[in-house]
Amino acid sequence: MIARAPAPHPVITFIVRRLIATVFLLIVVSMVTFSIFFLLPRLAGQTTYGLAAQYVGRSPTPAAVHAIERQLGLDVPLPVQYGRFLKGIVFGRHFDSGTSKAYCPPPCFGYSFKNQQPVWPMMISSVPVTVSLAIGAAILWLVGGVSIGVLSALRRGTLFDRFSMGVALAGVSLPIFFTGLIALALFSYRWPIFPNVQFVPFTQNPLLWAKNLILPWVTLAFLYAALYARLTRAGMLETMNEDYIRTARAKGLPERTVIVKHGLRAALTPIVTIFGLDIGLLLGGAVITEVTFSLHGLGQFTILAIDSQDLPEIMGVTMLAAFFIVFANLVVDILYAYVDPRVRS
Amino acid sequence: MAGGEGPRKGDGAGGRFARRRARHRSTMELEAHATRERTGEAEPSAMLDIRDLHIHFPTDDGLVKAVDGMSFTLERGRTLGIVGESGSGKSVTSLGILGLYHRGNAQISGKIYLDGEDIVAADQARVRELRGSKMAMIFQDPLSSLHPYYTVGNQIAEAYLIHNKVSRKAARAHAVDLLKRVGIPQAASRVDDYPHQFSGGMRQRAMIAMALSCDPELLIADEPTTALDVTVQAQILDLISDLQQEYGSAVIMITHDLGVVAELADDILVMYAGRMAEYGSGEDTFTHPGHPYTWGLLGSMPRLSRARLERLLSIRGTPPSLINVPAGCPFHPRCDYAARTNGRSETEVPALRPVGPGHLVACHLSTDEQRRIWAERDMVAS
Repeated sequence: MIARAPAPHPVITFIVRRLIATVFLLIVVSMVTFSIFFLLPRLAGQTTYGLAAQYVGRSPTPAAVHAIERQLGLDVPLPVQYGRFLKGIVFGRHFDSGTSKAYCPPPCFGYSFKNQQPVWPMMISSVPVTVSLAIGAAILWLVGGVSIGVLSALRRGTLFDRFSMGVALAGVSLPIFFTGLIALALFSYRWPIFPNVQFVPFTQNPLLWAKNLILPWVTLAFLYAALYARLTRAGMLETMNEDYIRTARAKGLPERTVIVKHGLRAALTPIVTIFGLDIGLLLGGAVITEVTFSLHGLGQFTILAIDSQDLPEIMGVTMLAAFFIVFANLVVDILYAYVDPRVRS
Repeated sequence: MAGGEGPRKGDGAGGRFARRRARHRSTMELEAHATRERTGEAEPSAMLDIRDLHIHFPTDDGLVKAVDGMSFTLERGRTLGIVGESGSGKSVTSLGILGLYHRGNAQISGKIYLDGEDIVAADQARVRELRGSKMAMIFQDPLSSLHPYYTVGNQIAEAYLIHNKVSRKAARAHAVDLLKRVGIPQAASRVDDYPHQFSGGMRQRAMIAMALSCDPELLIADEPTTALDVTVQAQILDLISDLQQEYGSAVIMITHDLGVVAELADDILVMYAGRMAEYGSGEDTFTHPGHPYTWGLLGSMPRLSRARLERLLSIRGTPPSLINVPAGCPFHPRCDYAARTNGRSETEVPALRPVGPGHLVACHLSTDEQRRIWAERDMVAS
């Protein structure tokens, strides 16, 4: 008998293949991001001198500007700059201009000269806020949106359906800076049930963490739940007309089983895809919600970075947001293979 | 039928009597019994006894009369072929028998006795119990009728589990047995395949296995072969008829293909616009059909005996909308012989009347006229 290595499980090969593709995708994303921030302005006529001049005080002397240019590494050709950027992510980077020295430990996504700090630690410290906000809201809107959608589909045309779809329309149309402010005005000022909304880390006090996040969660979830309710309703209406639903009924299954096991299971597949993308997008910063509720998450970080034209910070947060989206896509694809057997083969 | 005397059928009948006695206690059954005695209706004795069945759907455009006055009986071990064009009410009839139109806004009247029990009057829970166990259905397109996310074995076992108190393991073993029985090679491993991994013919075999999982006494096959290629069609039809002989169940074969019923059906029911046009034994319907619509169907069927160059005869016009069924005989706008009825076909709905023993035709033409015209047409055709 010849011993043979056991064939790897198809799902595992699928995941490994996707992971490799993900790494390549991220490299491409970094190239594109780098080009947007360093190549495009140059094509539009910006000089490295002008770029460096921003970092010098009010009345720059040419010598000081040239020194900054060297320190930022703007004096070498762009591909070399990109190479240094990539190297910094893996090995860390030293920024040295003789007078001031700075070390940016790996993963180095650039050094913010405006704040005199490496970008990565600043950025990472705001991630827990955004993650707490996104995950909590996601659970709320997924449970709420899907169940309302299913009930609406099953009671199509009834008062419940019309009412919930009307509310959903409002939810989709109303911007967060409106609903958020209304929520704050009512439940933080008029009736101070949730006064002084501020982020408390989960590890510090889980109860306070949840209490402070309820308003942002509900506000954010309202928008998405409305969207998901409409999507689920449409999906369920379509699925419940499928031939296999008729087969399930012909088997004599109870209506509940027909709806949940046969109908909802199939209707949820497209929801999974959209859910993954939405979560990925939100993890990169729920900008408006964070600003409305003064939560110092990635969205707030992005706004501040753009406001102060801090290129390394903007670049770092763009990369991180891209990573979240690519990663969410990966998770969706793996989930998809698990949910829909037709994808596997 | 030799298979009819097999041991299996004997056992089944014994069991059935016991079950039936048990069920006789139910008040509903007693009430139904009382009603029948009052109205003087005969006690239904056949496996399936349908009396004056109407299934209507109110829509925004008007009332769709999908089934409008059907009556027929079907004995155990026999096959009834229901034939008609698309939209003639064949599938609605079968779904009505399964009680699948209880939900929604369908209006059902009439009686559907399944082994003496009225499906129309029974409550939903009871009909659900019967569905899948005592009566089962094979659907048209096996790919869309099987759930894409569950394995074939899972779907067959599901039907068995719901009606029998057995373990999942036993249900799975039963599914393997059924797949073997319907001729799936390597059933023990294919049981874990998903529908998309099966070929079209195998999927239909799996559907049949699913329908047979609880040993149904009434099996309805709704165009079981239309989605399959011709060689597979014959295999599937053979399989259904073999299984019928083995299980002794009553079979309704719904089709628009007369070739299919010609081989299998003991009786044939021709439907037009939700009504019965002709009903009789297979022999009678094929050798001396009485309804012009049946003549049209037979004329549009390709036959080897016909000369090659001769064109197939199609029935002119299109089937009527079930909202605006033509007054009088619903077929009269398309009938070549409507002129011979002195205008009766435009005003008067023809009653179903016997033209021979057990042979009913709903046509204003007299029996003699029907015989004469068919003889002429048949001469021309062959």
